[in-house]
Amino acid sequence: MAYYYHCRLMPVDIDIGKVARLARLALSEDELNRYRQQCEVVLEHAARVQALPTDGVTGTSHPLPRTNAFRDDIVTECLDREEVLAQAPERDGDYFLVPRILDEQ
Amino acid sequence: MTDLADLTVTGAAAGLRAGEFSSVDLLEAVHRRAAMTEANLHAYLSIDRDGAARAAVGADSAFKSNTDLGLLQGIPVALKDNMVTRGLETTCSSKILAGYLPPYDGTAVSRLREGGAVIFGKTNLDEFAMGSSTENSAYGPSRNPWDPERVPGGSSGGSAAAVAAGSALVGFGSDTGGSIRQPAALCGIVGMKPTYGLVSRYGLIAFASSLDQIGPLTRTVEDSVAALEVVGGYDPADSTSYPGDVPDYRAGLESGVAGLRVGVVSELNGEGIDPEVQAGVDQCIAGLEQAGASIVELSLPSIEYALSAYYLIAPAECSANLARFDGVRYGLRRRGETVEEMMSTTRADGFGPEVIRRILLGTYALSAGYYDAFYGQAQRVRTLIIQDFQAAYEQADVLVSPTSPTTAFQLGDRTQDPLSMYLSDVCTIPSNMSGDPAISVPIGLDGAGLPIGFQVMAPALGEPLMFRVAAEVERQAGFEARATHATSEVVT
Amino acid sequence: MTYEPVIGIETHVELTTESKMFCGCAVGFGAPPNTNVCPVCLGLPGALPVVNGRAVEFAMAIGLALNCSIAHQSVFSRKNYFYPDMPKNYQISQYDEPLCIGGYLDVQTGSETRRIGITRVHMEEDTGKSIHVGEGGRISAASHSLIDFNRAGVPLMEVVSEPDIRSAEEARAFVAELRGAVLRLGVSDAKLEEGSMRFDANVSLRPKGTEPFGTKVEVKNMNSLRSLQRALEHEIDRQAALLEAGDSVLQETRHWDEAAGTTLGMRSKEEAFDYRYFPEPDLVPVEVDDAWRDRVGEAIPELPAQARARYLEMGLDPTAAGLISRDVAFGAVFEDAVAAGGVSQTVANWLTGEVTALLRRSETPLASSPIDGAALAELSGMVDAGRLSASAAKDVLAGVVAGEGNPAEVARARDLVQVSDIAALEPIIDEVLAGNEEAVGKLRRGDDKVIGFLIGQVMRASGGKADPAVVRGIIKDRVS
Ligand SMILES: [Zn+2]
Repeated sequence: MAYYYHCRLMPVDIDIGKVARLARLALSEDELNRYRQQCEVVLEHAARVQALPTDGVTGTSHPLPRTNAFRDDIVTECLDREEVLAQAPERDGDYFLVPRILDEQ
Repeated sequence: MTDLADLTVTGAAAGLRAGEFSSVDLLEAVHRRAAMTEANLHAYLSIDRDGAARAAVGADSAFKSNTDLGLLQGIPVALKDNMVTRGLETTCSSKILAGYLPPYDGTAVSRLREGGAVIFGKTNLDEFAMGSSTENSAYGPSRNPWDPERVPGGSSGGSAAAVAAGSALVGFGSDTGGSIRQPAALCGIVGMKPTYGLVSRYGLIAFASSLDQIGPLTRTVEDSVAALEVVGGYDPADSTSYPGDVPDYRAGLESGVAGLRVGVVSELNGEGIDPEVQAGVDQCIAGLEQAGASIVELSLPSIEYALSAYYLIAPAECSANLARFDGVRYGLRRRGETVEEMMSTTRADGFGPEVIRRILLGTYALSAGYYDAFYGQAQRVRTLIIQDFQAAYEQADVLVSPTSPTTAFQLGDRTQDPLSMYLSDVCTIPSNMSGDPAISVPIGLDGAGLPIGFQVMAPALGEPLMFRVAAEVERQAGFEARATHATSEVVT
Repeated sequence: MTYEPVIGIETHVELTTESKMFCGCAVGFGAPPNTNVCPVCLGLPGALPVVNGRAVEFAMAIGLALNCSIAHQSVFSRKNYFYPDMPKNYQISQYDEPLCIGGYLDVQTGSETRRIGITRVHMEEDTGKSIHVGEGGRISAASHSLIDFNRAGVPLMEVVSEPDIRSAEEARAFVAELRGAVLRLGVSDAKLEEGSMRFDANVSLRPKGTEPFGTKVEVKNMNSLRSLQRALEHEIDRQAALLEAGDSVLQETRHWDEAAGTTLGMRSKEEAFDYRYFPEPDLVPVEVDDAWRDRVGEAIPELPAQARARYLEMGLDPTAAGLISRDVAFGAVFEDAVAAGGVSQTVANWLTGEVTALLRRSETPLASSPIDGAALAELSGMVDAGRLSASAAKDVLAGVVAGEGNPAEVARARDLVQVSDIAALEPIIDEVLAGNEEAVGKLRRGDDKVIGFLIGQVMRASGGKADPAVVRGIIKDRVS
């Protein structure tokens, strides 16, 4: 069944710069080019899923059919702040510190 | 006398209870073995000397006071380093988590501790469990104990190598597209992926949430049962955990396969499978028939699309799951003038190429205008795959195939071609898509002396049937060989 | 040309559950920074969310109160975008399958009531809080930011209205009405200043009488009802001026600057809006059967709109009915006072007038002030019986609010009880009549207007305590 992985089925053209910005990955032009090519090859093969007729088929997002997994509204113990902040790359007192935020979402 | 490090879990558990040796003795044997093998294999990222020693002493005193917490009490266990362990460095083999000390234990880890297991160390993996060779590790590759020039498979390659080499009696890994079964096959041990939801994912660092499952890597099918008994079962902290009672896995271990219908999946056998691997698998199928099973040839047409759908669903979920590694709360941080710059350089430096590739793929597959053609369509294909499996289980009690199309390949062979690496999982991915259980059992060696794995698949919660057939495969194969090539001294 | 504003409002309401949306950390304002956190709400590797069942019921109650239908099945999704105070860099929210769909809210402005459509009500989680350090705490001038994750994961409910609102005043009334409903339900403290209720508005203009919508602008950062109304008035004027000048409106997000009284455009990148929603694989669908929905529905108390209708039937004027129905505490005191025999319009007038003013001055909420139904009923009875004048009643209210005792005690202590005892009044009246012969003469000749002057003189002589009705009777007797 491996045959189809070695033929390019449909051309995919990725705006890799935009995708990398969305994913917060600072990549060089060279890296972007390389990743674009690799991703296009994979996606062209993955796009094979489009060949299968799926009219009227509902997508599966959970292999285990379960509903209403609820928690009671009960307060449980929190983490120790020092243990949490000890992992912070940068902190100021009891806060996590980050460089300035340019845009407000 | 057998080196204690070569014992099965079941054998060691009996010896501990008979007072033949202590948990401390067992731990020492495993330390000795690791000291011999680690330079060659690099199965472990870290070994918890102090914690393991304390746990072994604790287990011994429990035995003394007749406290029995289960079959893993006093047994040295290897954990894949994507399982969160409180105060014990947990890196996912990524630079982005170097030095990270989690403030909590995952559920499976808690159950192991409560069951008296001795957590020996954290094993190497493909970064964030993305890969099939354990070469994508920021801390260097692991190697196959049968031939250190070859990969142990992946992504749970460290746990597989450790169990095969005797530097742990049992290992745990995670299986998203075959990451337990494929390395088990390549290392000549038993690896099983439970039904989705049977083992809690709480504390498993997520790769693809709807596919990930924790499972054991062991030397025997019976050990696999023993390990699953400890970690499995409902956990309210995981909304996708199966809320019912767990089945009795042991029920059919000795029952044989007479009267069972064994389905041979045409899409997963034959074409694309290494002839030596297929020959071994065919011989095994013939053995099952001789033991009284009826063999049914089956076709699941949609599983030809499983790999394609997998390479949309898994990257999409991973692109969101890995967004939290941003340099704000834990892990690596690179400098940046603005928070966006800090996050972007941290992530580009902290993640390896395979992880970046999958994040990019998944981000694209979910982005506006492409969602329906890629991610949405993959989810619908997933439904078709599940329906095909359901239809197949009308005709057969279990399905069988090779676990991996090939035996262990050379280091570096597939790293330059992502697609050829992805093909390593072509036989294992369908069970992740359907959420059903599957197990790989070693059945022999190929001409190069490398192990071949045989896969048994069963419907959801069909573990008892799966173990029953796997036990028969194990008996028939009589695979007793131990991987000794990697040790600097030959241990007998 | 006359333009018609088309406004839709998105309101976020923090729910007052005990614990967060997906973990057991406490929900609460004012805890020390980064203390109400756990692996789940900090987005630690490996942690998984589990839905707070009570939050679902709270959101369902809001949906039912807003006349929505409750989806048989609803689903959580991941909304992906990076922001440092959002721990997972995705927000768990509902997207294409929300819990509540298609309702309405009747909104009163002046004497007019209009029905505003509700598109949906859905559940999500809040983010942490960033403190911007540097020039004046403003984000643009900050050198760095500090993050507190206590608020991260607090249950949030988003109410999205249809673009049915036609004026800034109506927008304000809509939010006030919604806030009243939420408070009545007891599912949120809905404090605008603490941000437990927040709103954004989408505003566009179209020539009056036309159907198609104009280009819409999202207006953010309004943190009071007043600033909502001001911001929208400003934005409507701004867009009208643009259109009038033949320019076009740019589709953008604008920030309301309260101090400057103006909205400011924000820089935004085009891909900032690609949220890449997909179903949250860590959570399973929420299924609501009729029995569950009905159980939640039956527990819903009377809502402001229903209370208002009842108050109007009791004879209250629409303004008082609107004000009292929207506030749980006022409603309760009003009901108690009327039940204890208070005159409804009189009590309502005090509540919306003097009491509101007094409480604002003393910065006391009604619930913790000494004003209660019994006090107002007692006061109403004293006015009715003629023992207290209307103006004296206001003095008594001030005394009660100041904690001087119940109305009778205050009236006595402040010496405000009216004199309606004829024997006590006659000497005073006779003295006044004797001293104002000219006026008495006019009255005798049939000039009734001077009687008011004479009553005023008596009131002054009695120190304001005489009952004017009784005085009028005695004067008429004496003069005829
Ligand atoms: Zn929490």
